Amino acid sequence: MDYAERLENAAVLGAAGKMGSGIVLLLAQELADLALKPENRSRCYVLHAVDISDRALAGLLKYLREQVRKSAEKRIVALRQTYADRPDLVDNGDIIEAYVADALAVVRPATVPAAAGQANVVFEAATEDLELKLKLLKAVAAENPKQPWVFTNTSSIPISELDSKAGLGGRIMGFHFYNPPAVQKLVELIRGKTTKPELAEFAEALCQKLRKTVVPSRDVAGFIGNGHFMRDMLHGIAELERLSKEMPFVQAVYCVNRVSQDFLVRPMGIFQLVDYVGLDVCQCILKVMDPRLPGQGLKSALLERMLGLGAKGGQNHDGSQKDGFLRYEKGRMAGVYDPEAKRYVPLAELQAACDAKLGPLPEPALAWKTAARLPDKDKALAEFFGKLDKMSSLGAELAKRYGSRSHEIGLGLVKDGVAASPEDVNKVLLTGFFHAYGPINDYFKAKVSR
Amino acid sequence: MNKLRRKVFLAAGCNTISMGSGRKEFHPKKPRPGLEDYVKEAGQGTLKLVGGARNVDEGVIGNFMAGRFNHQGNLAALIPMIDPGLLWKPCTRTEGACCSGALAVMASIKSVLSETAEVSLCVGFEVQNTVKAMYGADILSTAGWRQERKAGHAYFFPGKFSDRAGAYYAKHGRERTRKAMARWYRNAIENARLCPTAQEHHNTTKDLEAQALSEPSPKSFVEHLTVYDCSKVSDGASAIAVCSEEGLKRAGIARSDAVELVGWGQVEADLTQPPPDLTVLETTRRAAAQALESAGIKVSDLATVETHDCFTIAGVLAVEAIGLAKPGEGPDFVSAGETSRTGKVPFNTTGGLIGWGHPTGATGVHQTVTLWEQLTGKAGANQIEVSDKRPYGLSINMGGDDKTVVALVLRQAR
Repeated sequence: MDYAERLENAAVLGAAGKMGSGIVLLLAQELADLALKPENRSRCYVLHAVDISDRALAGLLKYLREQVRKSAEKRIVALRQTYADRPDLVDNGDIIEAYVADALAVVRPATVPAAAGQANVVFEAATEDLELKLKLLKAVAAENPKQPWVFTNTSSIPISELDSKAGLGGRIMGFHFYNPPAVQKLVELIRGKTTKPELAEFAEALCQKLRKTVVPSRDVAGFIGNGHFMRDMLHGIAELERLSKEMPFVQAVYCVNRVSQDFLVRPMGIFQLVDYVGLDVCQCILKVMDPRLPGQGLKSALLERMLGLGAKGGQNHDGSQKDGFLRYEKGRMAGVYDPEAKRYVPLAELQAACDAKLGPLPEPALAWKTAARLPDKDKALAEFFGKLDKMSSLGAELAKRYGSRSHEIGLGLVKDGVAASPEDVNKVLLTGFFHAYGPINDYFKAKVSR
Repeated sequence: MNKLRRKVFLAAGCNTISMGSGRKEFHPKKPRPGLEDYVKEAGQGTLKLVGGARNVDEGVIGNFMAGRFNHQGNLAALIPMIDPGLLWKPCTRTEGACCSGALAVMASIKSVLSETAEVSLCVGFEVQNTVKAMYGADILSTAGWRQERKAGHAYFFPGKFSDRAGAYYAKHGRERTRKAMARWYRNAIENARLCPTAQEHHNTTKDLEAQALSEPSPKSFVEHLTVYDCSKVSDGASAIAVCSEEGLKRAGIARSDAVELVGWGQVEADLTQPPPDLTVLETTRRAAAQALESAGIKVSDLATVETHDCFTIAGVLAVEAIGLAKPGEGPDFVSAGETSRTGKVPFNTTGGLIGWGHPTGATGVHQTVTLWEQLTGKAGANQIEVSDKRPYGLSINMGGDDKTVVALVLRQAR
């Protein structure tokens, strides 16, 4: 079965979720593109979009229609060639609408996993919960006579474990898209011990078609992305707990968040990132990683407490940010959660005092957005962090500790063989987390070389 | 052409900002002024300079495709909206694709010549940022022959002029032509920076020629042009008063504050036929020749030219079509800086279509406003030197792929 045939009948499980909807979007277009090729005209391409919620599936179709249109608008030059033999489609507008219709026509929404019963290839994008994933994968193994290949979007669960527990016989591989899948270039590919080599070939080919940047990760819980992110987050939480002995909790949250954004020249502060991913998702990932990587303290009582108080983060259906560590107004930070008082303290009440405690940024300040676009960003970053190194303000000290810890985490991932090289670690942070520089750098020294 | 039966003057020009990407205040997702705001602003600006609507006999409005960009037709009836004093006066709308503006000027001129008006208010406008570029390309493609649309490029007119550029590269050399196109771009932006209403007024790029020399990307755009070779999508309006001698007096405008029409050329090619030679703007050549001949002047008498540089290659080709350079030598003339504001014949002194902007229906009117400003010394920071020895300005407004062309020769009234 070649690539085009394999994709003739595909399925996404958890299709209407945050990750699933993006994966459906990418696959719907890939399947439509295949279907539109003259050599595939006799084939009927089908993408089963399986999710438990009818409402969410209705939302998925609306999302697909909007996003496919945007994508078709960008691809109009090529699409005119694709539809060159359709005399009824003359204007760009005609062609864009035809492509939207063709892409949506491959999608079959369904609320039962049995809908994927004839799929050759299944993309699993359910919540990061081992039991739920196993339930779905076992159903696929039992109900689909075609022995489909399974690509799981897990960001932390070892593939070998999923394989043995679901009884897939090596027909599974990790295909970890980053959020949102349609925008993020990075895909982590993870081969389990028993993964069949054909799956890896297919995955590489699909990534190439989707124009993704591939980084291979060893099959260790958390892989490279969460291997860094979770430890980075736990460092932030540890710093927050340390600081909150000297200042109110909300101030400590603000200070660590600001340092991890402005002083480290990152796209967002650590607690904003945790809110973006969702505190519940982070907790799920830690629960996967901690027992599989014992002795590393990969847990957080604070996350548990925040979740118990209902501060969950994540996004609403319209893509807007839910409140977590921070409160948001129109996507911007507006307050910080105080678990004692069980309320959000407005930013205006703490910002000035915190900024004074942190001290100034190195001059001239270097915003992440500016740095990321600079052709000679390495020079600009070296200059910025060089000045930071000579400063002894609270902000500078926190930033140096943070940068060093991030470096140390990166080296650890290489040393443990999770990543094949420092370049792979850096590539994950640069492309998957949009950092302006990789954690393994010359700006911050790792204090403890593992 | 017969001698003009009476003198015709143009005065009291007014431009709105040419709004679109490049302007700091432009945001594609935020509400923007409507076509009524642009028409009103430009029209009222001119009315103020002619002593009010009571001095105006009629109105002409040029526009290409409000019917699709704005779902608005019956545009002549926008003129009375400018001022209640224009109610019940005769009004006309002209359409000739991107030449709609100059057709409006011609309609006003012919009214004055036919003695049905002493003062004709001439307005041109287009509001195009209502749709994304790829849909705008569909609308603009109607300036070409519909039967060519299916085989045409997604970006239809950039595709047409990319073909012209490709043919010119093949015949006269790619590198030297691209170099001249880059210089054309630099001149346009440098002039626009001096003009507060220009779309590229806020452009701060340091090395414009290097930017313009980036390689075309046929996968996402056209084969032989980059976006720097193209005029942008613009919203804007321009207005001017076309007057008889009596009209000027009535409006209280001194002759020195007006320009006089010395000659014109108005030429139409067959929409359904492809250009005979892609490396020549034949219709433009004929219109310019007619205009110069009717004015009784030579190309060497021109102080300045406003030409229709919808694409940089169209600017280079126009230099040859006007007769300032022989076929194949346009690039040398441009690269030597002869069309820059300090060159032998400054072109497009407020930025032209690439620098000032190209609100399609406004462009022909905007060109006459720029010439009026330059020839009467009202061009502010954009002012170039106009000597008595070479006192003439030439405008060339082109509709479609060199199909509808109007050329006007103006000079300061004496």
